[in-house]
Formats: sequence, structure tokens, C-alpha cells
Amino acid sequence: MNALKKFAVKVRVPALSISVALLIGALFIVFTDLEVLGGLLSDPIGALSLGIGRAAVAYSALFRGAFGDPATIQKALESNGDILVWARALRPLVESVVASVPLIFVGLGVSVAFRTGIFNIGGAGQFTMGAVGGTLAALFFGAGVTPAPIAILLVMLFGLIGGAAWAFLPGFLKARVGASEVITTIMLNFIAGQFVFFLVSNFEFIQKPPRIQPVSKELSQFVDLPGILPIASLRLDIGIIVALLTAVAVSWFLFRSTRGFELRAAGLNIAAAKYAGMGAATSIITAMLISGAISGLGGALVAVGTVKQLSPGIAGSVGFTAIAIALVGGTRPSGVVATALVFGLLQHGGSLMQVQTGIPIEMLLFIQALVIAFIAAPELTLGILKNPFRRRPRAVSK
Amino acid sequence: MRLELQKITKQFPGVLANDRISISVDKGQVLGLLGENGAGKTTLMNILSGLYRPDSGKILIDGKERIFRDPAQAIEAGIGMVHQHFMLVPVFDVTESVVLGNEPTKGPLGSFDRATARAQVVELSKKHGLHVDPDAKIESLPVGVRQRVEILKALYRKSDILVLDEPSAVLTPQETEELFDIIRGLARGGTSVIFITHKLNEVIAVADKITVLRRGAVAGETTPKKATAAKLAEMVVGREVQLTVSRSKSHVAEPILQVKGLNVLNDAGGRAVNDVTFEVRSGEILAVAGVQGNGQTELVEALTGLRLVDSGTVALEKKPLHAGSPREIAMAGVAHIPEDRNRDGMIKGMTVAENYILNTYHLPQYSKNGLLNRKAIAAATEQAVKDFDVRTPSINTDIGSLSGGNQQKVIVAREFSRNVRLVIAAQPTRGLDVGSIEYIHRRIVEQRDAGAAVLIVSTELDEVLALGDRVAVMYEGRIVGILDAKQATRERVGLLMGGITK
Repeated sequence: MNALKKFAVKVRVPALSISVALLIGALFIVFTDLEVLGGLLSDPIGALSLGIGRAAVAYSALFRGAFGDPATIQKALESNGDILVWARALRPLVESVVASVPLIFVGLGVSVAFRTGIFNIGGAGQFTMGAVGGTLAALFFGAGVTPAPIAILLVMLFGLIGGAAWAFLPGFLKARVGASEVITTIMLNFIAGQFVFFLVSNFEFIQKPPRIQPVSKELSQFVDLPGILPIASLRLDIGIIVALLTAVAVSWFLFRSTRGFELRAAGLNIAAAKYAGMGAATSIITAMLISGAISGLGGALVAVGTVKQLSPGIAGSVGFTAIAIALVGGTRPSGVVATALVFGLLQHGGSLMQVQTGIPIEMLLFIQALVIAFIAAPELTLGILKNPFRRRPRAVSK
Repeated sequence: MRLELQKITKQFPGVLANDRISISVDKGQVLGLLGENGAGKTTLMNILSGLYRPDSGKILIDGKERIFRDPAQAIEAGIGMVHQHFMLVPVFDVTESVVLGNEPTKGPLGSFDRATARAQVVELSKKHGLHVDPDAKIESLPVGVRQRVEILKALYRKSDILVLDEPSAVLTPQETEELFDIIRGLARGGTSVIFITHKLNEVIAVADKITVLRRGAVAGETTPKKATAAKLAEMVVGREVQLTVSRSKSHVAEPILQVKGLNVLNDAGGRAVNDVTFEVRSGEILAVAGVQGNGQTELVEALTGLRLVDSGTVALEKKPLHAGSPREIAMAGVAHIPEDRNRDGMIKGMTVAENYILNTYHLPQYSKNGLLNRKAIAAATEQAVKDFDVRTPSINTDIGSLSGGNQQKVIVAREFSRNVRLVIAAQPTRGLDVGSIEYIHRRIVEQRDAGAAVLIVSTELDEVLALGDRVAVMYEGRIVGILDAKQATRERVGLLMGGITK
């Protein structure tokens, strides 16, 4: 009971934030609908009920896109194990999890940096360079050059190295000359994207024939990451397993290891860390290397396993969403994984919502932004829970 | 005017800062408001000055209830505050500073009437015996005079009730005496004064009436005639306390710390420590006195490896120390109780156990193959918590949630957990309650008796005189005198603190 209570206290702010954000999102859907707005004066009740109906339809699509359609699942249960029906029933949920894999990796990566007090905004760049490493490893060592398991390990290793190398630079600059990591990592994000563009449009052994588009060859021809579901058409591969193992490893590193202790100390109070004789420069560089390596590992696994192709935009909005995830998850590995799954559900559900109701997927960005705003103001969020109608005593300026 | 606060209650999330506090001060009376940090003094004064509004309770002035919605209304009602940290513009002169915000004007454009302002300031300072040069720039004035300007500022705004918040914190003993004269003069002239402090002797010296706050409530009222320091301390803490450390004679042996010609720069590149030479021997306590900001902070930082030594040497038992890192110095046998425990001494957000091993975590007993040995850490912390009587729910409690006294005990326990040859304690009891002060002093004296050399840096003269076998005084980066305990009287040390060597 006590453990349950503790858990409830821990998740109440994130859970409440997500709920309220969805609620405000619904209001937004209602009041940006032109038909609703048009009818608001002549027939307010009719217009409002139309709007509420539309929001309900949109959220129902969001739900079905995220978890799957209950009707299809019902059919699957009655189908006597028909693979095709089962695949259709499970695909939305599986795809939601697939969408969360890069978020888990980069979320964990930036969390390690945040814990050390470094605002690593370069998750996207480190993810991209990891994808480059993984792609090159697949091209060099895949397709029978080395046995498949070794090729997969090399993909992961090169991903780690690519991400770590990309994070080393800002870490080194910050430790040595005090260059702001916020600026350097953002800039390196752009450079990483352009570097991929350069690679996939200039090298024959990388670029997809007939060399018109700036994308790499189909990587599944070289390395095929084994799926983990009995239905082959569902593309959930070992990436998610590695992601979860990474979360465990990060947790263990931060809270059990000597190095992790130093990093957390530096993150919470750099003056006290110096007083205690911990090297600040070492902490910064170590944290950035680990942070980048984790994001890079994610990049390699996503490029080779899920997308099966390297392209300049491979990171998408992962970098920024991952920052949000790290903050919402309290930079705690378990929190990051949980939040990444929720955001994965929202993302994949959002795409169905867009297809079925024409409400753009950017709506989900709006909801994500609201979630972050609520998380950033826990007092406000908990205040909503208390009693939204009670008038507070007027705030007094200091 | 007579001021009365009736049953003032103020609740903050998690703390009842003021619990039905009632105090009153008559016209021409000096009320000493005594209490430790966290007793609710500051909250009460913020309510009185209109910064906070009480959850319940009344403020009465001459029997009429007043409600202050903002500080302007409190000033209007005649309440003048002199804060611990002065609110003065360094480049203004005294006249400008005093009238700022209520400047006399002339002409159709309302331009500043300097002559009138100056005349008003001169008259005011004459009337109340507050001697200041009306044309002096604030930045050129010593702290004691700046405080007079603050008081003038309040009087200029026609304050009949003057509130002084910890006014002696930045003053030398002589300046404090002058301040007391000023307060007595103001009271004779009909001003009511509320004097907030945590120093027992001061209220006895200057107050007509004493109200003691403890844990947000009034713990008792008395008068200086009836009260003794011991009795007041008991009211403040809630139990009997020993005010002076009982300690045997020191058995001084060989020198442990030797500092020669030490120069240290401050952050701005100025010379903070200027050619300082001294030594501390085994079995003695050298207490460094001085008004805050005279180089003590930089001296301690240089000795503990937190600041670069510009020139000069530091040796610990003949081995050079001045180029060592904080870790090397700590491992060489130096215990460092830092001046600002919130900044340097501990990490809030980490547990008591994690703070206990903060600078020893790398030793083989706590860390093996890159992993923390949580069992050993827990066992050592449990023992330390017991030995040092740290009041904490568990060793896994966030240290930030403990009281200041218990936080400091964790720090002291940690620093004394190693083999100690030299103790460097900067402001070891700042902001602590009387009970914790007593405890920490005893522990430091124990280290001395066990043969360590002890260097204490403190701005509290009482602490310096109570603990020092010898007393050094720092003034503007130099050591202007080192006295034996016998010669170190309050007056002599006080004069040295003000830079007067003859």
C-alpha cells in the first residue's frame, strides 16, 4: 500500500499533465473548427455539440491509432489464429512501441547529461551520427562479410562510437574553454544532418541506385535485425530490447557506480563537487560521451532496423521530443521509458487521427508542448487537482 | 506610536512560520525580538512591512487596525525597515540616498531641490545624533556609517516605528556600541524600535523589553533586568544549554600548519590575502577574527585547494600543500568545514549517506571496481549518525530536509571521519541553534585535545573568544595582530577588526 502511494505521488504530476493537456487539446479542436465557429452565434448548442462530437471522433481515432481498434481485436480473437487478422489488430500498438524506441534511446541519452548539469540539446545530431556509424558498419560488415550476429554487434558498436564522437566535441569545448554546450550541440545537429546529406549523395557504395535521391541503400539487404514477435510482418525488432536493457544499465550506472555518483554530484551542485575533489572537467566529458553513445546506439538500431535506410532527416523531431521526455520522466530511466511509450502512443495515434479526421498531426505537438508546460509548473498542475474554482489570495510581490 | 501585533498567523506550504504571535512595543520603547534562524522573525517582519499578508491576526497602530497591502502602505503608516543587507546606491552621496524616493522639488518642472534636501538631512542627523557627512559618496563609507544612512532614510520617511533586522551582523564591536547609543537616543526621542537579533548579549544591552520566538510562536517575554544570558538561551532553545565550552588547557606541540608570505587573489583579480604568515601547532586552536570580507574566505579557499595560491608557501607537517588539489589536501589529513555549507559543504537532493561519503567515496572501502559498496557506505553512515547524534528519519533521507544543525553535524562527522591532522573550520556555527553550536564547539575542541591543529575562521567575536587559544585578526587581507587568549579582550580584538593597530 505504501509503495503504491509512493508511486501515485510520483506519477500524479505527469499523469495529470497529460490528461489536462489532452483536455485542452480537445477544446482547441472544438474551437478551431470553422463550422463550429460559424454556427456559434446562430445555434450555439448545436454548434458546440457538433464540435464536441468532432473532438470525440478525433480522440477515438487517436486511441485506435495508438492501441488498436477494439473491433479488429475482437475479430482477431475470433479468427482462430489467423495471422493476417492478428497482424492488423496488433499493428497500431506495435507501431506505437516502434515509434517510442528512438525516444527511449535519446531520452536516456540526454537524461545522463541533464543529471550532470549539462544541457545537451544535441540528441538529434548524436542520434544521426550513430545512424551514420551503424549504416557504415552494415555496409562494410553486412551481407555475409561477417556472420550476422557479429555484424549486428558491429552496427551497435559503430553507432555508439558515432554518437559518442559527436558528443565529445561539445563536452571537450565546455570543459576546456567553457563553450556553452547549448550552442555547440544545436549547431552540431545541423552539421550532422548536412554530413549525412553529403555522404548519401556523393558515395556510390552508400547511395541508393540509381543515385537520384539523397538516401542510402536499403540496409536490410546487408543486416537484418531479428524481429521479436512471432508475426513477421510486425516490425518490432531487438531495438526495443536493447532500449530497455540500456535503461536498466543507465539506472545502474547513475545510482550504483562511482562515476555515476560523481556525475550526479556535479549535476546537483558543482561547487560542492569541486569541494569534494571531483574533477569537473572529467565529469563533463564523461557525461557527454555516455550521453552521445546512448543516442548514437539508438540511431544505429533505428536506421538499420526500423527505417532500414539512412537519410539526412533520420532524426526527425526526436531530439526535441526526447528533451521533453527526459524532463517529464524526471531524468529517471524508468520515467523516461514510461514517458517515451506514452509519447510513442500519441505519435502513432496522431497519424491515424490525421488520416481519418484531417486534424493535422501538429495538434500532437501542441499537446506535447502543453504537457511540458504543466510538468514545468507542478504547483499549477497540482492546483488544478485541488480546486480550480477556489479563489486564491492575491499574490504579493516581493 | 504604539504598535501591536495580535495573534499573527502565517502558513507556508509545509511550515507554520508564525503561529498566533502577539507582540507589542510602546512609544519610545526598544523591543528586542530574539530567536534563532527559522524561529519566524523574518516572516513576522515581512508581514509588518507589507511584503506578506497574514493568514489571520491583526496589526494595530495606536489601537487602530491597519491592513498593509504593500510596503508603501506600511511606510505610510510610519513603519521603517532597516534590512540586514543595505539597499543603497554606491555612487550616490548621503543626501541623495536619504531622500531617494521622496525628493524635495522646486520650480514648475519639479526638479530636484538639492539645497533643501541637504538642509533636511543635516537637520535630521543633528536631531537624532546620527553623524554623517551629507556629501560623502556611499561607496566611500564604512559599513557602520552606511547603516546610519539607512536609519536616516527611514527617519526621513517619518518612521515612528523603526525595525532593525540583525543590524550588528556586519559591524565591529565598537560600531555595534555606537549603534546602541543611536538606538537609545532614538527611543528617548519617542521612536519605537524593534531590534531583531539572535545574539543574547545585544538584547540585554539595548532592549527595554524582550520577546523570544521559538518555532514560529512566542516562547516568552521578559525584561533585561530579569533576564540573564543563560535564561534567555534556555528560552530560545527550549532547554538548558551550556553557553561556554569547557575546555582544558591546550598541550601545544610541534607546528602542523605553516603559512609563509601567502598572497591570494580574489575573483576580480584584486589581492584578497596580502602577505600572510602564521602557523598553527598541534593541540592549539588559532581563531581568525575579522569583519566579513577581509580576505578570510579567500584564505580558507587557498588553504584547502579551492583557490590558486598567487605566491607564498603553505606546508602541512613540513610537506608543501599550496599546489595540492582539494582531494590531495583532504587525504593529507586536513578536515575542512566550509563557510557556506549550502554551497560547498553538502549536496541537497542527495541522501545523508551520499553526503557522508562525499569526499571519501573513492577510497577502497567505499568503492571497488568502479562500483559503490552500498553496504559499507550504509554501515559507516549509520555509525556516524549515531556518534554525532544526527537527527534524521533515515540515512536515505535527502539532506536538504534536515535542519541546519543536523546538516552541519553530517558535514562535521564526514570531515572528522578521516585521519585528521589539521581542522579548518570556517564559520562552523553560522545560522545554527544554540544547542548545535554547543555540540559542534565541543567536537572541535575534542580534535584539538586529540592533537590536531585547529584553524577557526569566524566573524562572531563570541565564538573567536570562546574557542581561540590564540586569536589572529584579519583586516583588508592582512593579519594585523595575533594575540594570546589572555590578551584577547573584546576591546582589543574589536579595535583590530576595525584596522586600528595602535
